[in-house]
Amino acid sequence: MSLLDVQGLTIRYGDETVVDGVNLFIDRGESVGLVGESGSGKSQSALAILGLLPRQAVASGSIEFDGQQILGASDSVLNALRARRIGIVFQDPMQALNPYLRIGAQLRQIPLTHKLRDKAEVDARVVEMLASVGLPDPQRQFRAYPHELSGGMRQRVMLASALIAEPDLLIADEPTTALDVTVQAQILDLLEDMRDNTALLLITHDLGIVAGHCEHTIVLDRGRLVEQGPTTSVFAAPSHAHTRALLAAAPRVDRGDVPEAVTGSTILSVGDAVVDYRDLQAVSKVSFSVKIGETVAVVGESGSGKSSLVRAMLGLVPMASGRVVYAGSTLEGPVEDRAQSQRRDLQLVFQDPVSALNPQMRVQTLVGEPLLVHEPQLSAAARAERVAAMLERVGLSRKFLRRFPHELSGGQAQRVAIARALILGPRVLVCDEAVAALDGSVRKQVLNVLRDVQADTGLSIIFISHDLAVVRSISHRVLVMYLGRLVEMADSETLFAAPKHPYTRALLDSVPVPDPVAMPKRAPLRGEVPSPVNPPSGCVFHPRCAKADARCGSKAPALRDVERTRVACHYPNA
Amino acid sequence: MSGNRSIRVTAGILLAVAIAALVGPWISPHDYATTNLENILSAPALSNMHLFGTDDLGRDLFVRTMLGIRVTLLVAIVASLVSLVIGVTYGAIAGFVGGRVDAAMMRFVDTLYALPFIFFVILLMVAFERNFLLIFVAIGAINWLDMARIVRGQTLSLREREFVEAARLTGVSTLRIVFRHIAPNLVGIVVVYVTLTIPQAILVESFLSFLGLGIQEPQTSLGALVDAGVKHMEGASWSLLIPATLLALILLCFNFLGDGLRDFFDARHPS
Amino acid sequence: MLRYTLLRILGAIPTLLLVIALAFLMVHAAPGGPFDDERALPADVEANIAAAYHLDEPLPQQFLRYMSGLLQGDLGPSYRYRDYTVAELIGTAFPYSLKLGALAMALALLLGVTAGTVAALRQGTALDKVVMGFSMTGISIPVFVIAPVLVLFLAVKLQWLPAGWSGTTGMSRYLLPVITLALPQIAYIARLTRASMIDVLSRDFIRTAYAQGLGTVTVVRVHALKPAMLPVLSYMGPAIAAILTGSVVVEEIFGIPGLGQFFVRGALNRDYTLVLGIVVFYASLIVFLNLLVDILYGAIDPRVRYQ
Repeated sequence: MSLLDVQGLTIRYGDETVVDGVNLFIDRGESVGLVGESGSGKSQSALAILGLLPRQAVASGSIEFDGQQILGASDSVLNALRARRIGIVFQDPMQALNPYLRIGAQLRQIPLTHKLRDKAEVDARVVEMLASVGLPDPQRQFRAYPHELSGGMRQRVMLASALIAEPDLLIADEPTTALDVTVQAQILDLLEDMRDNTALLLITHDLGIVAGHCEHTIVLDRGRLVEQGPTTSVFAAPSHAHTRALLAAAPRVDRGDVPEAVTGSTILSVGDAVVDYRDLQAVSKVSFSVKIGETVAVVGESGSGKSSLVRAMLGLVPMASGRVVYAGSTLEGPVEDRAQSQRRDLQLVFQDPVSALNPQMRVQTLVGEPLLVHEPQLSAAARAERVAAMLERVGLSRKFLRRFPHELSGGQAQRVAIARALILGPRVLVCDEAVAALDGSVRKQVLNVLRDVQADTGLSIIFISHDLAVVRSISHRVLVMYLGRLVEMADSETLFAAPKHPYTRALLDSVPVPDPVAMPKRAPLRGEVPSPVNPPSGCVFHPRCAKADARCGSKAPALRDVERTRVACHYPNA
Repeated sequence: MSGNRSIRVTAGILLAVAIAALVGPWISPHDYATTNLENILSAPALSNMHLFGTDDLGRDLFVRTMLGIRVTLLVAIVASLVSLVIGVTYGAIAGFVGGRVDAAMMRFVDTLYALPFIFFVILLMVAFERNFLLIFVAIGAINWLDMARIVRGQTLSLREREFVEAARLTGVSTLRIVFRHIAPNLVGIVVVYVTLTIPQAILVESFLSFLGLGIQEPQTSLGALVDAGVKHMEGASWSLLIPATLLALILLCFNFLGDGLRDFFDARHPS
Repeated sequence: MLRYTLLRILGAIPTLLLVIALAFLMVHAAPGGPFDDERALPADVEANIAAAYHLDEPLPQQFLRYMSGLLQGDLGPSYRYRDYTVAELIGTAFPYSLKLGALAMALALLLGVTAGTVAALRQGTALDKVVMGFSMTGISIPVFVIAPVLVLFLAVKLQWLPAGWSGTTGMSRYLLPVITLALPQIAYIARLTRASMIDVLSRDFIRTAYAQGLGTVTVVRVHALKPAMLPVLSYMGPAIAAILTGSVVVEEIFGIPGLGQFFVRGALNRDYTLVLGIVVFYASLIVFLNLLVDILYGAIDPRVRYQ
């Protein structure tokens, strides 16, 4: 008998069916990956297994856990199963942990509720659990509040809470989506180590994670189960078109064509840029340049200063020192002080299109506003025509003109934001994590729009991203930043083939590859990004670097050219 | 949906009350000031057209009540406008300028918040004779604080929103950003809070009138009528219950209207 | 936490000074004095009185004199009750107001939080609608309307409770005044609690708690109550002010010899030293209680301490 046996699970909200007749089984100790894009019903299915669907959801079918029917079960039956038999790890540990309660107070409630420990022993058990998930100084973390911990540490706490009652099934719902890629690798490895004989249901949008961590794979599409089977065969020979589309849309960091380096004249250059915030330096002396028609990626984890760098360049935040030269003239001061011609040539696309579009304006006004400012002589009809043409360019029909932003999907809204940024025909477009929030298929469309416009107009793109697989597919050159410093810069070809900086190498190794056969086994980077308020001495990367020695701890390496790469490391070839 | 219905219903009731207050005294054969000592504290009756009865001076309570509603509504609306103008201007400046200016301006508001305002108002009323204008100013002066805080918070968060950054980058002028990007996003919350400050203003006015510190005889307001009604509630309960009920009804309607408007704006722009 | 507390205490001092200065100025800018309505006094007598009350000194000097007295707990003599100092009058009247206010606040918190939490847990049901209907009504009816109506029905018509103050003793005489004073606050706190409890219960960490097998009572008690109480705590400042204001009316209607009644009488009699004394006393009380609320807020929400 399966540990978990789901038959014909259907979940409805009013007229909307979010899960439609899903069957799935999990055996004891087995690991199953549930993949799908947003709206595929994967998280809803997980909640149903724990009986946690919101009141307005109507579920039918059958969910049997170890012979016990869960759909329609009473609260007392469910409460006895939760944590004790089925543990869960949610996506964002900042949201999923109670910010008002100390870590210990939250965790001790679980063994107490399930009567696994009495009050005298429970604290020791919690501390033991915190130690086993790799929290340094667990006695102290026991008394800490969640906000005092880093993202990765919080997710370790979450994992401890899911496993403290030794359940038979662990559900992990996008457990690493909110984390940096090097930390993601640590958490996924920890998940493997900790679960032992516990069965795992791993829910994710990332095919690479499933490929690396699950024996069995299930693919959902708009509430329907479209494919399931052993992970190796699903990836090797997908039977359903949707699976094939998902795989085709998933970029790989380890192989595939890399755009060839661009030759030509420089259009924009940044020299020794420094950005200071109140008590920290976000960007420390970073220099780079962009050629006409070139896409330059700026890569780094949280706290790397990549967004601050481009914001200062654009004049949105003050640059403490350094210079920006665009087409031969210097750009200075806040964006308001810059010439209108310079402003129209440099545009920005944000990560979250919902907050980047004024909710009170229709698409027509949003996209047309830059024209109103820069080409006031244009008649309303001519302007409307330009707007419609631009929308068509990004793949949106005229029917979107009259819509408000909240009436658009994420991908549509991002295309509107891109249309707005492109309508003046800028020379340089900055994309700040512009595709990070999009599903694979939509991301592919948006990237294609950018490629096409670049091919037609010679647009230069500065592409900020934490996702190296996407970067590999679109950029000609890559800058890697760490704690506000530029650590490596090279052509994409060179960088992906032969990374010189240990940090770059670790980043590349941490990216999950959607191929169960090609998965390299590697040691994840230890620790997390330190606070920029108090950066490490010497080379800022040395506390996490496996190759660091005394010299790295005392002397900061200068940037230098090694073969075709510019790198800041004492031992670039080690 | 239900938000829409409650807006229609409460706005309808308020409109009806306001029309009655405007037209009522004009239709009635009585006026508000004429005393008739032979007919004091009479019960409501149709026969003599004393629809709400008479008071202890034999004055017609229907006309006086309608007059009281006029005064109450007038005070409320003028006081809310005062708080609207001061509060929105102050809050928008603090929020948009930001930084130290904002910190100083908000520190000042925090300080004022800690004052027992109502006692200052009483003090003012006593010290400077009872002055109708002063009531407006005093009530407006209390209510603008809330408005300033709300508008400032909203402006601050709007200013940091990415669509404002996007507009700055595109070369949109500061003036256009303020009026086309920020102001329209403030309208909803301002409308809601104006609606919610009206009942507060009514409360303060009627509180003062109840203590005998508000409007002067023979003029009257709902608070003053309740005060008079209390004195005779044992013999003439209607003289208390009618103005008390109307006052409660008006306050209830404004509160429901504010709630309805909040739901309405929330539904239109889910954040 | 200590740093936070000290900062809050330091922040309260300028507020207090401003309040005192404002009240002092207002009283002294007011035309007319307490002795105006007595028959016209000879000029030398008037001068004597002025000198006795230091009214002949320049204003800044009077203010300094007042402040130094204040620091020693001396609020000056009453103009009207000539045998008493203001401090003595406050000392006599305040215990009544304190008892009234504290009981009303306790009742409001107890009933308001309970009703709001129950309504939030039963959101959308008939029970929720009843609680919310009651609370909207409670917010909309002023104390000076509730008080006479309650007296009319419960005391005059049904004769269940004593209507007045004099002639009765014991706790029963507090019953009606306390209920009257508490009702609008019960209503407001119930609404506030319901809204914030619904908000907190929809947060992810509550889902986590349920996923750990905790029962509803434990989830609310351990996880939800603390954060849901933050808006209620923030409201305590305005609530204290509202209860002080309300007590003016309640004391007036029920004839309770509390501070509110002294204040209204003092104001009508132009007993400026008394009025000034009471305003300063009330203001200090509000500033002090707000300070307490702030510190408590810091204790509940670990994140505000660092800001």
